[in-house]
Amino acid sequence: MSEQAVTFTRKDYQTDQEVRWCPGCGDYSILAAVQLLFAEQGIQPENTVFVSGIGCAARFPYYMETYGIHSIHGRAPAVATGVKLARPELDVWVIGGDGDMLSIGGNHLIHALRRNVGLKIVMFNNQIYGLTKGQYSPTSEQGKITKSSPFGSIDQPFNPVSLALGAEATFIARAHDMDRKLMMDVLRRAHEHEGAAFVEIYQNCNVFNDGAFEGLTAKDVRADMLIDLKHGEPIRFGAEGEKGVALNEFGECVIVDVAEVGVDRLLVHDEHRYDPTLAFAISRLAEHPGMPTPVGVFRDVARPVYEVQSQQQLALASERDGAGDLAKLIASGSTWTVN
Amino acid sequence: MTPDSTSLKPEPLKQVVIRFAGDSGDGMQLTGDRFTDVSAAFGNDLQTLPNYPAEIRAPAGTVNGVSSFQVQISDHDILTPGDLPTVLVAMNPAALKANIGELAPGGTLLVNADAFEERNLEKAGYQASPLEDGSLSAFRVIQVPMTSMTLEATRELGVKPRDAERSKNFFALGLLSWLYTRPVEPTIAWIEKQFAKRELVLGANLAAFKAGYNFGDTAELWEHPYEIAPASLAPGTYRQITGNLATAYGFVAAGYLSKLPVTYASYPITPASDVLHELSKHKNFGVRTLQCEDEISAAGVAIGAAFAGHLAVTGTSGPGVDLKSEAMGLAVMVELPMVVLDVQRGGPSTGLPTKTEQADLMLAMYGRHGEAPMPIVAAATPSDCFDAAIEASRIALKYRTPVLLLTDGYLANGAEPWLLPDVESLPEISVEFQTEPNHGDDYWPYLRDPETLARPWALPGTPGLMHRVGGIEKQDGTGNVNYDPVNHETMMHLRQAKVAGIAADIAPVEVDDPDGAELLVLGWGSTWGVAQQAVRQARAAGHKVAHAHLRHLNPFPANLGEVLARYPKVLVPEMNLGQLSRLVRAEYLVDAKSLTKVQGLPFRASEIENAILEMI
Repeated sequence: MSEQAVTFTRKDYQTDQEVRWCPGCGDYSILAAVQLLFAEQGIQPENTVFVSGIGCAARFPYYMETYGIHSIHGRAPAVATGVKLARPELDVWVIGGDGDMLSIGGNHLIHALRRNVGLKIVMFNNQIYGLTKGQYSPTSEQGKITKSSPFGSIDQPFNPVSLALGAEATFIARAHDMDRKLMMDVLRRAHEHEGAAFVEIYQNCNVFNDGAFEGLTAKDVRADMLIDLKHGEPIRFGAEGEKGVALNEFGECVIVDVAEVGVDRLLVHDEHRYDPTLAFAISRLAEHPGMPTPVGVFRDVARPVYEVQSQQQLALASERDGAGDLAKLIASGSTWTVN
Repeated sequence: MTPDSTSLKPEPLKQVVIRFAGDSGDGMQLTGDRFTDVSAAFGNDLQTLPNYPAEIRAPAGTVNGVSSFQVQISDHDILTPGDLPTVLVAMNPAALKANIGELAPGGTLLVNADAFEERNLEKAGYQASPLEDGSLSAFRVIQVPMTSMTLEATRELGVKPRDAERSKNFFALGLLSWLYTRPVEPTIAWIEKQFAKRELVLGANLAAFKAGYNFGDTAELWEHPYEIAPASLAPGTYRQITGNLATAYGFVAAGYLSKLPVTYASYPITPASDVLHELSKHKNFGVRTLQCEDEISAAGVAIGAAFAGHLAVTGTSGPGVDLKSEAMGLAVMVELPMVVLDVQRGGPSTGLPTKTEQADLMLAMYGRHGEAPMPIVAAATPSDCFDAAIEASRIALKYRTPVLLLTDGYLANGAEPWLLPDVESLPEISVEFQTEPNHGDDYWPYLRDPETLARPWALPGTPGLMHRVGGIEKQDGTGNVNYDPVNHETMMHLRQAKVAGIAADIAPVEVDDPDGAELLVLGWGSTWGVAQQAVRQARAAGHKVAHAHLRHLNPFPANLGEVLARYPKVLVPEMNLGQLSRLVRAEYLVDAKSLTKVQGLPFRASEIENAILEMI
């Protein structure tokens, strides 16, 4: 560390704007985790841009003392792509909810992921539309009774991690708002990742969908319901690690009793495996509510980064053609002179 | 084989309007393009009008599949591609059927006689061959078996007949090159370069071109060839240019003049895609292009790039403007510079994708929810797209506002000679970024320049100026989220006043009125050439007519009201159902008469001239 090294605290990333989420909202704990991570990492506020769409989560940039754009519903990945393409040296984060990113903005999300633009995309999943006061979202479970589904939702929900894997995102992780350390761990990893990073955070909406994740995240059930993914280790969970994940004959993940099948049968998690098939199989474990749900890093692989390749093409063109000469350009092709 | 080799002395012509017409697969755009290029380099003035179907390959031989290319070349300054062709080259019956109605009486019809067999006649819907039933007696019909002569000329090269037949457009080009005494070397050089990697195709095209030329020279179908002398244009270096190419160059130039990198985000759409194609070549100018997943994304990318300090442009046509409207609203709110290029085409909905129209003016003015004023700049000719792109960029950057740049399908694909500007003489665009706090120790992103009302532009990466912008109403000055009713009204008026104030920073509208007329023809966009031509024709017939043309549609030039008040009669020709006429009626309480045409084709000068004569 140099002598001039500045140390940051959480306060350095707080704005003078009053935070206006509902009291008790899970967003507060995510905001705290991000600000604490920034302080821990000493991230320069002026080199950071937070971009969001519309929704409760999308107010996030107003509360971060960095540069920020609160854009249009669903379009944050596109706006952020513009920032990152223009200025690859900036640290660009995208914040949004499940409606913003998977419904109205689903297209932009998958394309940002497939291009591998160096954006840190954090999706707060509360399985409900909060800002519009309680309609079912693209992650709400089937049968959910809401204002717009009085007979129960008949929509099949998205599994956001499966979707991101389908789009071949190079970094995919999941955390929940009750576990600050887990949030900071995956966000730190996302920040270090080169290329697009997608982080899903289960977030409680205590007004319109209170307790949606209680069956997973309550302290007394966590050990049995959350599967901590650790790279290079057999996937096991339960208070004593008595349960584990193995592959069946079809390559699908199944929950097994470790004592019964033996540790050797367990699937060893490999987050760097380039082929997304196994990661996808793991992501399907949370297919049904009430099933144990994996959290942590699903995938972390290297693939050429969009804005880096774009810069390389610019550099190659300048090397090949020399710096642009406007007079020469407009006079290219056939010309003739009138005296 | 040079123009001198002919024993016949060419007869001078002042101008000619030629239309090449054939099946979409016959290469008529290429043929027209080559003829134009050679004529441009020869020094003629010219204007072109390509016209092709939306389908890549409509059923061969049908009227729906006909593609045409009209060019007027002249020995003097001209303004339009000509009303009616005096020469029609028809490669098949369908091309004849689709175009014969527009051939000028007494005009020359040159047909590929081989194509007029039963099957093709039937596909074109002819009961009997028009070459034999006397229906073409008003024209001079010249039948040339182009297909068989092309096959004959290429027989010894070892090209398969089916492939050889495809060279027949070069036969036609060769024949026309002889007839109008065009230099042949540039075309031969072009063929050799273009097909260098396909030896057989090169050989066949070259043989067909020469055969066509020599056929003209020896067949004695004409008494003599014709010659159109170079036009006496203003001194300088010229090139031929289409509107889309000029637009692309204009954005490169705007980046150069403002010393900003250009980001062009777009989604493929006819007729705007060529701008994306062109800009994607010029990475050594620091131009970044991004082919986005959709139109909305392209607008979003542009806003992001603008926030990061680039000259941000998103280009599209009408349907894409619909999709970008929400993003334009955001750009109005966050007050960032952005140019939205709309290469207008026939609408509504998918409409006529390959045809021209000017029906997006109201969309440009009002096509956003809420009060979301945007400056509008429109180009008048293909080469003027260059200056219009620079002007749109200048306004966007100076006033920190999204700007709509309107061109159209006719400008986009039409070509004309362009007197190359001296790069040093192009307008300066100076951009200053905010680098220091502007309100005590704070940075207020909405503390405006008192003169322009533009807000400061502080780039990410600048210490101490961190700020957030967004679509929610801003507090005047601080830019913080604010729902106060009076503040909202203040901000609405400020955004409106900022755009209205641009009127003081644009050229006044000039009126061309040498005789003190009572009738003013007021146009905008691509109707400039044809309206000026109509006015000249009316004057030549002894009438007094004034002509004014608008480059800026929002705000209007400051003197427009005063100009309109001087004329008891105002005629507004436009390719829509009367959009500008409604705007000027509403703004200036002037009884403007509307002349409209929405056929996907530009006006003819005679159409506007007739309207002038009726009003006088």
